[in-house]
Amino acid sequence: METSVENELITRNDISLRVITSEKIRDIVKGIKRVKRSHRQIRAENVFRRTLVIIGLAMVVLVVGIMLTLIVQSIPSLKALGIGYLWGQTWDPVRDVYGALPFLAGTLLTSFLALALSIPFSFAVAIFLGEYYPKGWLANLLKNTVELIAAVPSVIYGFWGLAVLVPIVRSMEASIGIPSIGYGIFTSSLILAVMVIPYAASLGRSMIQMVPSNLKEAAYSLGATRWEVIRSVILPYTRSGLFAGVLLSLGRALGETMAVTMVIGNTPLMPKNIFSTGNTMASVIANELGEADKMVYNSALIELGLVLFLVTVVINMIGKKVISRFTNE
Amino acid sequence: MKTLKSLVLVCLAVIISGGAMMTTSCNGSGGSKADSTASGEDNSIMGAGSSFDNPLFSKMFSEYNKSNGLKINYQSIGSGGGIKGLTDKTVDFGASDAPLSDDQAKAMTGPAIHIPVTAGAVVLSYNLPDMKDTLKLTPEVLAGMFLGDIKKWNDPKIQAINKGSKLPAIDIVIAHRADASGTSNIFTTYLTKVSKDWETKVGKGSSVSWPVGLGGKGNEGVAGTIKQTPGAIGYIELAYAIQNGMAFAKVANKSGAFITPSIASVTAAANIDIPADGKVSLTNTDAADGYPISGLSWVIIYQEQKYNNRTSDKASKMLKLIQWMIHDGQAFSSALNYAPLSEKAVSVGDAILKTATYDGKPVLQ
Repeated sequence: METSVENELITRNDISLRVITSEKIRDIVKGIKRVKRSHRQIRAENVFRRTLVIIGLAMVVLVVGIMLTLIVQSIPSLKALGIGYLWGQTWDPVRDVYGALPFLAGTLLTSFLALALSIPFSFAVAIFLGEYYPKGWLANLLKNTVELIAAVPSVIYGFWGLAVLVPIVRSMEASIGIPSIGYGIFTSSLILAVMVIPYAASLGRSMIQMVPSNLKEAAYSLGATRWEVIRSVILPYTRSGLFAGVLLSLGRALGETMAVTMVIGNTPLMPKNIFSTGNTMASVIANELGEADKMVYNSALIELGLVLFLVTVVINMIGKKVISRFTNE
Repeated sequence: MKTLKSLVLVCLAVIISGGAMMTTSCNGSGGSKADSTASGEDNSIMGAGSSFDNPLFSKMFSEYNKSNGLKINYQSIGSGGGIKGLTDKTVDFGASDAPLSDDQAKAMTGPAIHIPVTAGAVVLSYNLPDMKDTLKLTPEVLAGMFLGDIKKWNDPKIQAINKGSKLPAIDIVIAHRADASGTSNIFTTYLTKVSKDWETKVGKGSSVSWPVGLGGKGNEGVAGTIKQTPGAIGYIELAYAIQNGMAFAKVANKSGAFITPSIASVTAAANIDIPADGKVSLTNTDAADGYPISGLSWVIIYQEQKYNNRTSDKASKMLKLIQWMIHDGQAFSSALNYAPLSEKAVSVGDAILKTATYDGKPVLQ
């Protein structure tokens, strides 16, 4: 960090001092006293920059630390069960046989089904609020309501699902002639779909509002209808933003525990179809970790956490790839 | 840029040392933390474990605090958690619905003793809208239902023991605990004893691989599933079922009598010869008027009370507390729907308490 005073002007090679008004420069140039003060200023700048770096790195340390904890604590299970853990279909704490596949399937099924169910709603809300009615009491009401969906604690969704959705799904299942239980993957997906709508909707709304108006006006002046503007200007322009919102929703759905565990049926078996009961990784961990007193059992549950962690990482990485491809076009 | 590099190096060092710390802590040496918690204030006792015991313990401990001024901090984190706490010496006593397994006993630093403190029962609650009489169940039918072999309520096997009641032709929906629990342990222990099929296919434990059914979190989760689902049957604690006015079935015991679960029939189940170490399962009891799906709950402590700088004063205070719990404390059981200990259980408990020592000398005379 060399700072030097040459010709009464301070030069630094390694930092670009960004905002310096012309008055400040005049002050700095004026004399030695001023120069001393500016030395202090630069030191403060350095301290600030260092703080930022430390805090930024602390985040990296935290994430790496969490992953290391998961890996280290999974070692007993990795040793005992090997890679077969991933496609094992039995989860039997009595015989110490653990396979994660039913829960992996449960997590992915509920999350992607929820995503599919939520996308039409979240995109519709985003377009409505971003393009049709950005202002006004109706827009405010809708905006706040959608944001409230994200603020409601998940146990309340679980309770609502248990009291309202389960009976509805049960009578629906009875009317189409399949075993009517009401609990299961489908009910969980419905609950999750409601819970994840705000994430894609609010990101999508702000993206749509950021579409430059000259682009839209140009399209209108060429005689495009509103639908055509949305389809061929707004949506292509905001593609990556909308997709990022969907990714956020998916992350939320993958990790949701409480609401899902209340309505999914908690069956340690491979789900046969979307109406059968199942279980998710997060919910198994929450249910069983408290009393997992056997070494391998405890470790198998932590490995489940590791798998969940890796699934989210992989999905996020794929998402980033897709987003960057969209933006490069 | 030198500082930036050194920063990165420092951070890496932190990551590595953090990893090393995790390795050691996962090897089970949480010693220093344990010391500070277990031997804190001298006039307080730390306990943890069974959530089944919690309502009774809260009442007992607040009464004991009024008369003796001893503060007892009980954390209802589940039996397994209590055993873990005792193994790590973060608590003074553990409470569990199941005695220590061989592996768990091996993990302890010294021999542990089990003192029976209360008894409870697991009942089978059901949702059959048109059923007027109380459902009767035999062990074979019960195991058949929970294995998924008996699928409909009007199955001849169920109909045969419920003559005179009209059973609906609907599917049986099994409800079980999704979270690991002592209640599941009592119930699966019972099924393991009465059914060879269950023993080979599923086994016993606080969480097992259920062949069929829906999992609910806690007694309230299972009860909720039963209330909501026509044709459902599931197991819950007796106290919870009584407090919530739920219908529950009579179960045939070893002598073939159909017993209604109640405080009296659970106490009767415990009125058997209890071995000197107190570790006995009441399930499938020999007592002719005992309800078969009953279980004891134990307080577990180290036999040698001198560890981690504990004072002899503390050890004697805790043992007196446990002695009070199995004598005067039992008076609070019935009001909370717990079964008071049978006389035999109390005398065995007394004998076990006298084996506890401090520095080799018995604490209670």
